[in-house]
Amino acid sequence: MPDNHNSFTGTGDYIASEELQNSVNVAMALGRPLLIKGEPGTGKTMLAQSIARNLGKELLIWNIKSSTKAGDGLYIYDTVQRLYDSQFGDHDVSDIRHYIKLGQLGRAFISENQVVLLIDEIDKADLEFPNDLLWELDIMSFHIPETGETIEARHRPIVVITSNAEKELPDAFLRRCIFHYIAFPDAAMMEEIIKVHHPKLEQNLLEEALAAFYWIRGIGGLQKKPSTSELLDWVQALAIGGINPDKINAEFPFLGVLLKKDQDFNTILQRLHSQGKQIKSAAGIPRRR
Amino acid sequence: MFINFFYLLRAYGVPVTITEWMMLMEALSRGMASSSLTAFYHLARAVLVKSEAHYDRYDLAFYSYFQGVETPLELTEKVLEWLEAALPPMQISDQERHRFQDWDLDDLRRRLEERLQEQKEQHHGGSKWIGTGGTSPFGHSGYHPAGVRIGGSSVNKSAVQVAAQRDFRGFRTDATIGVRQFEVALRKLRQLSSKEEGPRDELDLDETIRATGDKGGMLQLVWDRSRKNTLKVVLLMDSGGSMDPYLHLCSRLFTAMNRASHFKDLRFFYFHNCIYQYLYLDPACLMDSAIPTEDFLRMIDPEYKVIILGDASMAPSELTMRGGAIDWSFHNDEPGIEWLQRIADHFSHSAWLNPIPAPYWNSVTGSYTISLIRKIFPMYELTVEGLQGAIKKLKVRK
Repeated sequence: MPDNHNSFTGTGDYIASEELQNSVNVAMALGRPLLIKGEPGTGKTMLAQSIARNLGKELLIWNIKSSTKAGDGLYIYDTVQRLYDSQFGDHDVSDIRHYIKLGQLGRAFISENQVVLLIDEIDKADLEFPNDLLWELDIMSFHIPETGETIEARHRPIVVITSNAEKELPDAFLRRCIFHYIAFPDAAMMEEIIKVHHPKLEQNLLEEALAAFYWIRGIGGLQKKPSTSELLDWVQALAIGGINPDKINAEFPFLGVLLKKDQDFNTILQRLHSQGKQIKSAAGIPRRR
Repeated sequence: MFINFFYLLRAYGVPVTITEWMMLMEALSRGMASSSLTAFYHLARAVLVKSEAHYDRYDLAFYSYFQGVETPLELTEKVLEWLEAALPPMQISDQERHRFQDWDLDDLRRRLEERLQEQKEQHHGGSKWIGTGGTSPFGHSGYHPAGVRIGGSSVNKSAVQVAAQRDFRGFRTDATIGVRQFEVALRKLRQLSSKEEGPRDELDLDETIRATGDKGGMLQLVWDRSRKNTLKVVLLMDSGGSMDPYLHLCSRLFTAMNRASHFKDLRFFYFHNCIYQYLYLDPACLMDSAIPTEDFLRMIDPEYKVIILGDASMAPSELTMRGGAIDWSFHNDEPGIEWLQRIADHFSHSAWLNPIPAPYWNSVTGSYTISLIRKIFPMYELTVEGLQGAIKKLKVRK
């Protein structure tokens, strides 16, 4: 980005594709929220951390739950506390401001320096949630009727929003976002990612493990495809277990690290069986349900 | 500047709006595409396209606008063109059907590829080349009991694998008209949790006032459990060839179900004409996505409400005979009707939605199987009224 002196380039422990870097930089330059979608385990949440570290900014995380209301991100007026306090008389209850607590979005607005705000898993919340945030994200200010104050953003925060596509997001909201879909990394990219986490891994162990991993992901009908984080665990298990790399694609040791569902386990076993391969021991690590 | 690209994107079905286009113009005026086409490609995609489902269309539009790259789809598109002009459908006797029982799908696919390499022009009728009518294994409206159908609609309903399932690929996004009515009807389908379970997280105002009064004005908060919808729904959909005419209607229901956020859980499964020992996670109903129906019954507890969507029209043998499944490669040890009965027994609430309007149930081709299935499942037509009736039925135990 020619006109942007502080642009995102990825960090040592987070490999971002060039496309992703571009999307981040476009979002920052245009001052729009960046909406990130992608399979679980493709590092959606990690992205915000990486941006914050890369640019040396503070990170605020707003975790969305099914009960989260849009207003919670701005401020909460703790009426109950105020009522309680009024009964004991040891606090100054005449000043409402003591009972106004800013949410993460509010805190991002009043921060001295520009911050990175992560709104994590926005699709968990109610359908109307994203629409309720539109106004505040557009004009970057909000009003607190209880105190008559208006909070205005000193710096427009870099907003990163992640979604697992559990619910469709409203069009009006989408129109205002920059969108990026993190594709599942290909083998070459994955190799880079693994090397960042396990730099001392033997090359042929890595290659065999990757081949096995992408073979399993290619099988249809799995309830939960193994993702990056499971692969990282698996590679570590293989290394610690001192597994001979030649055996990885023949025996699939520690398969339970990759597959978390019994049914998937059986699917793979059947598939291996039909190919004439035999798993000697799928054990080693107890299978989790 | 580029304004034609904007219209081209819309023509390709990417829902771009003026707001986004202006955003792109702003980005360009700041030099963010750094005068490179690749950078422009990524920039425009990030700003204009808001769903990975539209990436493919964006790519097509981009290529066609910038003319640089040939679409790899070209070959298939050409084949589809040949197939557009069709001969009238051809019928076939059971005896002839038998001759082709030993065709192998992989073999067929390989031969289709070879044939594609050889064939350079349109062709209709005959038994070898890709075209319409005739008995070549490749094409549509013709009859080859184990053929690969490319485009067109099924007439003899036995193509091993419908190579042109593109219709279904757009399942989720297409329909908009009528969805709203279905959504409103579905709202009624809810079941509030009892006051017995869940966290006490809702302020009970009346009780609070009473308790505070009892304590002489000392604030006493009383919390109660909130009531939430605990309804779990499983939708089983027929994706067989005879359902093609009702595709739009069905996809409207599908979209409405998907949007309905008030279900606690919502699952989708597919089957081809009738349910046997496998259900499928994917409308193509290939073995890749199969799950054993027994596992399905184990996995989905009886509390789920089952909605089956299908035309219930099939050859009587498909419903009542062993080995009667429509797919020639598939053998069922138990007749479909037993599997249907098993599903009806497992769940305490079930309903069958039929896209065929109710007045025709006694007169259409499949009237015999419709009458058999109606004895197992309460059947409603797939209209807003029919859906309301089904919902009423789903709310009470049978």
